[in-house]
Amino acid sequence: MNILVCVKRVPLTGGRIVLTDDERAIQTRHLGFTVSPHEECGAEEAIRIVEAHGGSATVLTLGPPEAEEQLRDLMAIGADRGIHLVTDGSEWDPQATAAAIVAAVRSQAEPVDLILFGSESADAGNYQVAVRVAEALGLPAVTGVKAISLDADRVRCEQETSAGRDVYEVALPAVVSVKEGINLPRYPSVPGRMKAKRKPVHAAEPTRTDARLRMLRLALPPESGRQAEVLGRGPEAAPAVVEMLRDIGVM
Amino acid sequence: MAAALVYVEDPADELSQQAVVMAGALGDEVQAVAIDGAGGTAFAPAVLAQTLVELAAARGASAVVAPGSERGNEILARVAAKLDLPMAANCVSVTVGEPTTVTRVRWGGSLLEQAEVHGAPLLMTSAAHAVAAAPIAALETVPVTASTSELDRAVRVIEQIPTASAGVSLTDADVVVSGGRGVGSAEGFSIIEELAELLGGAVGCSRAVTSAGWRPHTDQVGQTGTKVSPEIYIACGISGATQHMAGCKGAKRLLAINPDGEASIFAGADYAVIGDLHEVVPAISAEIRKARAS
Ligand SMILES: Cc1cc2nc3c(=O)[nH]c(=O)nc-3n(C[C@H](O)[C@H](O)[C@H](O)COP(=O)(O)OP(=O)(O)OC[C@H]3O[C@@H](n4cnc5c(N)ncnc54)[C@H](O)[C@@H]3O)c2cc1C
Ligand SMILES: Nc1ncnc2c1ncn2[C@@H]1O[C@H](COP(=O)(O)O)[C@@H](O)[C@H]1O
Repeated sequence: MNILVCVKRVPLTGGRIVLTDDERAIQTRHLGFTVSPHEECGAEEAIRIVEAHGGSATVLTLGPPEAEEQLRDLMAIGADRGIHLVTDGSEWDPQATAAAIVAAVRSQAEPVDLILFGSESADAGNYQVAVRVAEALGLPAVTGVKAISLDADRVRCEQETSAGRDVYEVALPAVVSVKEGINLPRYPSVPGRMKAKRKPVHAAEPTRTDARLRMLRLALPPESGRQAEVLGRGPEAAPAVVEMLRDIGVM
Repeated sequence: MAAALVYVEDPADELSQQAVVMAGALGDEVQAVAIDGAGGTAFAPAVLAQTLVELAAARGASAVVAPGSERGNEILARVAAKLDLPMAANCVSVTVGEPTTVTRVRWGGSLLEQAEVHGAPLLMTSAAHAVAAAPIAALETVPVTASTSELDRAVRVIEQIPTASAGVSLTDADVVVSGGRGVGSAEGFSIIEELAELLGGAVGCSRAVTSAGWRPHTDQVGQTGTKVSPEIYIACGISGATQHMAGCKGAKRLLAINPDGEASIFAGADYAVIGDLHEVVPAISAEIRKARAS
């Protein structure tokens, strides 16, 4: 089983988002970076499948030179190698992103059996890169999956619905996008981190197509306008809390 | 006049109704269509997408709009992939022009993006609650197209497992009592559960809690968890990261309990108790019991 997992580097925004002066990006000077929890779970799932069935788990990112950090983080929990499609850090639209991933998949020496994505990227939330890659490669795609199991050359996927779970079964090779909750990703160990430093990362310069979903600017949504009324300090606040609960009719 | 085609997932559902309302802003005749999935291919998303592609071509549609649900986004993404056109997911507004511009939500609703969409027909989904829902006046039902490929039919439901209903669900609860890293342990949640039970509510938590394995992911509120809309959300020991707030900003009111007066959760709160949740939460439960006994 050769599995490819696509992940995107995004800032960890904390309690408040601050935009850059040109309003085209988040001010990241004081922020750390990560990937979406959906994608982290995708990497964990790939590692588990490889542990059970053999093969290799490759993590791929399209992003700035610093995005190698996210590839190393995922190699530290067990991914075998990385593919880094290096950009200047500006945003690529989903069509350009998908095209670059498709080109990278096609250039692999060994065929890929399963390509995992997050259900949506944390920052852009375009809900489409996985489906576009599948369409271009002529592969079946299942999205928003909460459980995966392999049966010979087929993959069984469970998706949550309002009524319960829908179960899909598709033949490999296939594209699957997953959601957080499919597993609980492991933490990197110190030896894992050491090993990750020596694992191979193949860097390539992808070709960029013209953006057709072209970001103009970002904006913060209007403030909630909420003004917190302090009901008290410590346990002495309990009567005031209960009075409030009564006033709003939930008691 | 050209037509703006709207894919209706479920006419009774607000998201579908909102998509129809948003399509009204495009200035063309709105044609709301439901697709009859006859043929036994339960939710074959590519079949639905292929049907929309052909319908859009046959009617010379200026736009195809879908609800911003997981399914609506998936189907429209498939339409976009088949037509090699851009698609804007989760839009809150749209202005037709050369080019058309949209405002869409990012980061689960924590940020807005203004963007140009270069390509026709315009493909977009409408974000939840961007416009008020209204009953769909004219709904047409069309059959799925016959001309689908083997690949289109490759993904279909082979089995449906109903949820075993247990207690109040997080999405429907009037009261959500949610715990964060400040709860300290899995056992620590007993006081959170107690308060939730007294109020007939559901227990929620932050991602720090699910990552630590204290609670299952089904309890997680936030961008990558559940979005809740209770009468009141009681956040205990939660700092108020944007990704957490993305899941609870639909709450009518928010009470935050935290010893750190500077915690960002207070910026999004209506009520605040400055203190240690291990003391405050049991005191509230005791006070509720006392009030009910008298
Ligand atoms: C793409 C992405 C998606 C994410 N999705 C989600 C999501 O869906 N849901 C989510 O929750 N997070 C999500 N996160 C994580 C999020 O950024 C935060 O890391 C997380 O919400 C922090 O959880 P917390 O508030 O419990 O922990 P912390 O940030 O560590 O805060 C703990 C709080 O507890 C308080 N505290 C400590 N002791 C006590 C005490 N005795 N009594 C009362 N208070 C106390 C502290 O003052 C502090 O404010 C996501 C992150 C990313 C990058
Ligand atoms: N720059 C990127 N590099 C690698 N994978 C990406 C990138 N952008 C998006 N993806 C993948 O595509 C999924 C869906 O992204 P999106 O369509 O933007 O919501 C993400 O969860 C990732 O798995």
